[in-house]
Amino acid sequence: MLERLLKSHLLFKITEPNLPAYRFHLKMIRFIGGRAISLIIILFCVVTATFFLIRIMPGGPFDRERKLSPNIEKQLLKKYKLDGPILDQYFNYLGDLLHGDLRLSTKYRNRSVNEILADSLPVSVTLGSIAFCIATFAGVLLGSVAAANQHGWIDRTAMFGALLAISLPSFVIGPMLVLLFAINFPLLPVGGWGDFRSLILPALTLAAPYAAYIARLTRASMLEVLSQDYIRTARAKGLNEIQVIYKHGLRVAILPVISFLGPLAANLLTGSIVVENIFNIPGAGGFFVSSVLNRDGFLLAGVVIVYCTLLVGFNLVVDILYGFLDPRILLYD
Amino acid sequence: MIDPRSPITKLRRNRAVLFSIFILAIVVVAAVIGPMLLPTAQVTRNSLLPPSPDHLFGTDLNGRDLFYRVVLGAQISVFVGVAGATVSFLFGTVYGLISGYSGGSTDAAMMRLVDIFYAIPRLILLLVLISALDPLIRQQMERIGVPQLVGYSKVLILVLCLGLTEWLTMARIVRGQVLSLKSQQFVLAARSIGQTHFNIIFRHLFPNLLGVVIVYLTLTVPSVILDESFLSFLGVGIQAPLASWGLLLSDATQVINPVKSYWWLLVFPALAMSLTLLALNFLGDGLRDSFDPRVKK
Repeated sequence: MLERLLKSHLLFKITEPNLPAYRFHLKMIRFIGGRAISLIIILFCVVTATFFLIRIMPGGPFDRERKLSPNIEKQLLKKYKLDGPILDQYFNYLGDLLHGDLRLSTKYRNRSVNEILADSLPVSVTLGSIAFCIATFAGVLLGSVAAANQHGWIDRTAMFGALLAISLPSFVIGPMLVLLFAINFPLLPVGGWGDFRSLILPALTLAAPYAAYIARLTRASMLEVLSQDYIRTARAKGLNEIQVIYKHGLRVAILPVISFLGPLAANLLTGSIVVENIFNIPGAGGFFVSSVLNRDGFLLAGVVIVYCTLLVGFNLVVDILYGFLDPRILLYD
Repeated sequence: MIDPRSPITKLRRNRAVLFSIFILAIVVVAAVIGPMLLPTAQVTRNSLLPPSPDHLFGTDLNGRDLFYRVVLGAQISVFVGVAGATVSFLFGTVYGLISGYSGGSTDAAMMRLVDIFYAIPRLILLLVLISALDPLIRQQMERIGVPQLVGYSKVLILVLCLGLTEWLTMARIVRGQVLSLKSQQFVLAARSIGQTHFNIIFRHLFPNLLGVVIVYLTLTVPSVILDESFLSFLGVGIQAPLASWGLLLSDATQVINPVKSYWWLLVFPALAMSLTLLALNFLGDGLRDSFDPRVKK
């Protein structure tokens, strides 16, 4: 990281020799600050929109077959802080959020949203991170191999496979894998959450379409890089093909992949909702869907807020990383 | 005379694209006239029959003929895909045109809004929007007195919500094109003879964008179909007795168990959906490679 920082500093010196160093630091601080402020704005919009969208839904969280007596309903509304004018409720909720309190779930009585998320979120995040690593690693590897063998059979097969993986939704890939590797050839468990083996199928299902997308991205960008002059120089120096591609080519060709990492995290987190459903994994996705179906407002808002915070935060990190890798963004953004 | 570099020739040479068009034609024909040709009484007392000459694709848990369900699903999935993509096309194009044409601070503000929407995961937004708006729309429909349409309120809400969450990329592409187009001579000429802004935008700029926009429209359709099936899979989208491919697949995963695999429930809807999406993606890629000047061969 430090080395990168120094390098971007050097590049800055070359492109803008007349600017003093503190201007560079200033730009960097402004860049990071700007992104952080937009993070706060986005989160505020998300919280507000979710809160009011839930409140305009017809049908409250306590609607059952039998109508509750007015007294009990009043008590319930009071307990879950759903009484009083809507604006007061809204500001109260904002206040609670600032204290880190996501309130009580109306469906899972007596459990707070904080507890539910503390139990289920680590599961989703583990699954997501493993899929993240598989998708990035396999995608970059496949894409660069395909680019190195442009128009060869490896390239054709890999790219057809990639388009196939993009076209197949995860709830087709998942059950197919289950039919194959858990039922016809019982090698792996059908679902659930326990040892490492139960992780393999869900992680593969989740990662497949994004590995494919990254492979396409890497291939396109690698092809462009390989036509550059400095690659010809590297070849002329007598470096072998592997060194040319992985040492010189990949450094530049990886940039579009890095800018895709933010959206990738978002897609994995939402995609894991379906994968958790297929494989019976007790993650946050299941609670998210059930909160939508049960009108469980605070649980829904809690999941949305936590997801958005994770994603926007991750995007911020990726942006900053990208700023270091490609300082032109810092300078001319 | 055949110009080897013309986009049409390039497209004709691309066998994958021709094959995709063939598959899509079959799917569309099946979706449009299939449900009319097949007898409506497709319910038997035998649930979970394997494929046979009587029931080509077998029957499902409730004894419904799976072939009929898949065709019905094609109808709704394709309709939602095309209609949703059209909504996103209308919204995204108008937004991008206005943003790019105005320039300056209006443009900056409008693009900031697009950035904010980009940061919110689309499917989370969709789940929240649909669960909030669906009961409202249903209430309104019952109030106006079109009860026969209430069953289709889900389709309507899906089209609207999917369209309204898919327009971002379209808006960005259109804006980029407008930015480069608006400094060209013909815009200046149009302005100098006193054309209104409205006319310049819709009669001069818009026709020039159409090529690029149509290419990205082809790529939006599979994405909308995929989102619809995702929502139906989770139980928020289309509901029985209607069918969509996502719903059929969701039914299929529910009956998978290690003792007996009802493979036909999974394989046939999956095949229909994957073939359609693959064909659409191939077509979109082919169109982009032939028509988009930014893609170099």
